[in-house]
Amino acid sequence: MGYTLNFAAVWRSFDLLLDGLGLSLALAFGGVLIGCAIGIFVAFNLTVKSRMRRGPAQTYVTIIRNTPILVLILFVYFGLPQLGVSLSKTTSFVLTLAVYSGAYLAEVFRAGLAAVPPGLREAGLAIGLRESQIRMSVILPLMLRNALPSLGSTFISLFKDTSLAAAIAIPELTFEARKINVETFRVVETWIVTSLLYVATCSVLAALIRVAERRIAIPR
Amino acid sequence: MDFAALFNDVYLARFAILKGLGVTIAISALSIVLGTLLGVGVGLVLTYGPKPARWLARGYTDFIRGTPVLVLVFASYYVLGVVGVDLPPFDAGVLALTVFCGSHVGEIVRGALQAIAAGQTEAAKAIGLTFSQTFAYVLWPQALRQMLPAWVNTAVEMVKASTLLSIIGVGELLLRVQELISRTFLSLEFYLFAGLLYFAVNFAIERLGRAIERRVALPT
Repeated sequence: MGYTLNFAAVWRSFDLLLDGLGLSLALAFGGVLIGCAIGIFVAFNLTVKSRMRRGPAQTYVTIIRNTPILVLILFVYFGLPQLGVSLSKTTSFVLTLAVYSGAYLAEVFRAGLAAVPPGLREAGLAIGLRESQIRMSVILPLMLRNALPSLGSTFISLFKDTSLAAAIAIPELTFEARKINVETFRVVETWIVTSLLYVATCSVLAALIRVAERRIAIPR
Repeated sequence: MDFAALFNDVYLARFAILKGLGVTIAISALSIVLGTLLGVGVGLVLTYGPKPARWLARGYTDFIRGTPVLVLVFASYYVLGVVGVDLPPFDAGVLALTVFCGSHVGEIVRGALQAIAAGQTEAAKAIGLTFSQTFAYVLWPQALRQMLPAWVNTAVEMVKASTLLSIIGVGELLLRVQELISRTFLSLEFYLFAGLLYFAVNFAIERLGRAIERRVALPT
């Protein structure tokens, strides 16, 4: 082998990696926030009887879940400008991530909705709430609490998908790591540090989600 | 959108596209098969292995599941080269995807085995089956049914992840399409086309999985 590890080059650029990690997290948060809004909307449409509303929702989920996210990213960033929709790198990536996560979150929220007992809706009707009031103040909070564990794991997996932003040269963690590689040729050390950063962040996120779950668990 | 030009260019480049599709399918099939073999081993160790082996398997799954696939692909391509194992991009990519697939299948197998009611094992003991008999005739058939949906999902994820190999220069479908785009400048049309092809492959896998699920479902 004859290869000696030397992390000095990586430590010198460590703040670059941290900057990249911060951007990765920001991209993931932005994407998932919009994705949640899409997901909730689509999930409500997935659970209605009307085929006119369920059909498009189901089609959206099926198409997005079966298409590689890299193709979506490239399509939005390089393809859409042909239609006159020119977005900046970051906007187009966050938007793509939102549309992509929306499909997964719709499934998550649909399962959350299914776990809300129908008796609660009836109880809401009995005390004279309107359909929209029941939705906002009875079903939605319970659904969110039901969905939190899967929401958390979806968020972690989307955080990992932000590494694909490197493909359109957004300076997030993976992009910075490649840059350091090119400048220092310390390939082994950089990838070790980078993957450890990803693993550590994912564990911290998972721990935070577990705490949140305990805090807002539905008392039984 | 210029679809006449797209059809013309697709027709002209039909062999390159088909070859790319073939490579995509080869990558996916190889990594799914090898990853599943690895994953079943890991899953068994996670469930039944002695403590040190179990810790090792847990470390492997947690580390790989916390790292983005793209980072794994880069690491396997560049790091292995530096330490003296010079793999061509195709092999390095398949290795990365296999390791990724293995960690996911490992968790699926563990989950499926642990979801089987303890009474099943006790009943098997009561009628005098050895552990290997219990496993082969009682636990494994039930676990297979339990993990089929999640496994099909992983297979779809692998096809989607195969697009990442385009970044290290494997001539799979997405790279072929990108080459066509750099020649024709029809980025919108061609990315749409690529998305459709991936969708077709994944949708077929999903449908096949559903059909198998129905075939092997226990009569209720």
